Amino acid sequence: MKKSPWLLHYDGSSCNGCDIEVLACLTPVYDVERFGIINTGNPRHADILLLTGSINHQNEEVVKNIYAQMPNPKVVLAVGVCATSGGVFAECYNVKGGADKVVPVDVYIPGCAARPESIIDGVVRALAVLEEKRAKLAAEAK
Amino acid sequence: MESLTGMLVYIIAAPLVGGLLAGLDRIVSARMQNRVGPPVLQPFYDVGKLFAKGTAEVNRLQVPLAMCHLIFMIATGAFFFAGGDIILTVFTFAVAAIFLIVAAFSSGSPYSFVGAERELIILLSAEPVLLLAMAGIYKVSGTFNLYAIAAGGKPLIIYLPGIFLCFVYILAMKLRKSPFDISYSHHAHQEIVKGITTDLGGFSLAMIEISHWYENTFLLGFIYLFFAFNTVLAAAAVALVYLFEIMVDNTNARVRWQLTLVSAWALTLVLGGGNLIALYMVNICPK
Repeated sequence: MKKSPWLLHYDGSSCNGCDIEVLACLTPVYDVERFGIINTGNPRHADILLLTGSINHQNEEVVKNIYAQMPNPKVVLAVGVCATSGGVFAECYNVKGGADKVVPVDVYIPGCAARPESIIDGVVRALAVLEEKRAKLAAEAK
Repeated sequence: MESLTGMLVYIIAAPLVGGLLAGLDRIVSARMQNRVGPPVLQPFYDVGKLFAKGTAEVNRLQVPLAMCHLIFMIATGAFFFAGGDIILTVFTFAVAAIFLIVAAFSSGSPYSFVGAERELIILLSAEPVLLLAMAGIYKVSGTFNLYAIAAGGKPLIIYLPGIFLCFVYILAMKLRKSPFDISYSHHAHQEIVKGITTDLGGFSLAMIEISHWYENTFLLGFIYLFFAFNTVLAAAAVALVYLFEIMVDNTNARVRWQLTLVSAWALTLVLGGGNLIALYMVNICPK
């Protein structure tokens, strides 16, 4: 499970700063495929949900829907300060706040924008959580 | 007895060969893009993970259909490597593809639906080449029996260069490589997300992956058949063709389904048909 994490990236209402850094992870400089990480566009294939940008009333249902479509075990990463807490937009009337307002977040990656290094580090930490969840599910199945 | 051994060796070894090939493919692709790439065993890690994941079935039919796809794909290669009948092999191959298409059609996802339609287009584009290849091989070697064809020692490539080129062309479709990865792409996500496999997850996706390993091994076996008169040359040809497909994959953008169909048929008609007509006109082939 730890050797093959497939990512699903959803952009809430970010300024695209974090999204560009997420894509930068795939480039030859960072090359996350070294760790078997694949950026899949499909919730059914994904193990890790990577959220950028804050949650608002429009994308709330979308995020819930995507999360529900992912098969267990799954983990959620909030990337960038907007996704972790709402950031500077937290007080806005149209913003609900961070990703944890709608789905359970396992790893928070701060930064504006979050650096590729910290995103990769966050994914590696998420793998430990994923493994934990898998073991728990296996124990429950018994 | 020999045919049974060939069949058993294929059933056991093909997933290993196919998986390693997929791993090498990803490394070579990564190197072509100036990246390091994943470990060579990555495809095995992926499939292992998929088996450990929960499977969200969209309906009761999907998993049995995916399973049938795998079973018929194994049967295709088993007939081929047992030295059986080439017609039976090619038709079983088509049946395997149909099961995957039906599995994708059974889901409600529009991406899966479009993927299945495009997979049908691919089947439509690729099948004439396989039929012509069978006709050409029969004309040259006088038999449909694969064992006799391979043991006959006829240099098929010299008699059937046009059909061989057509086969290399459709190989890109069957290996799901650019520019013909219209129904499903290995790379990131495309305009129809994961196309034909969009609604297949966990256990069923793992079966599709394994079946793809069987499929690749069978297809490379078909390349081998054209050079079967010389083992070293055949192995080199298989390696070169596969490397060529990876290079084409990395240097070409995806084309539309119209171009996929028209180009494949045009090439089949001109090169494949021309090859066959030339064979009959010259009639140098002994009966």
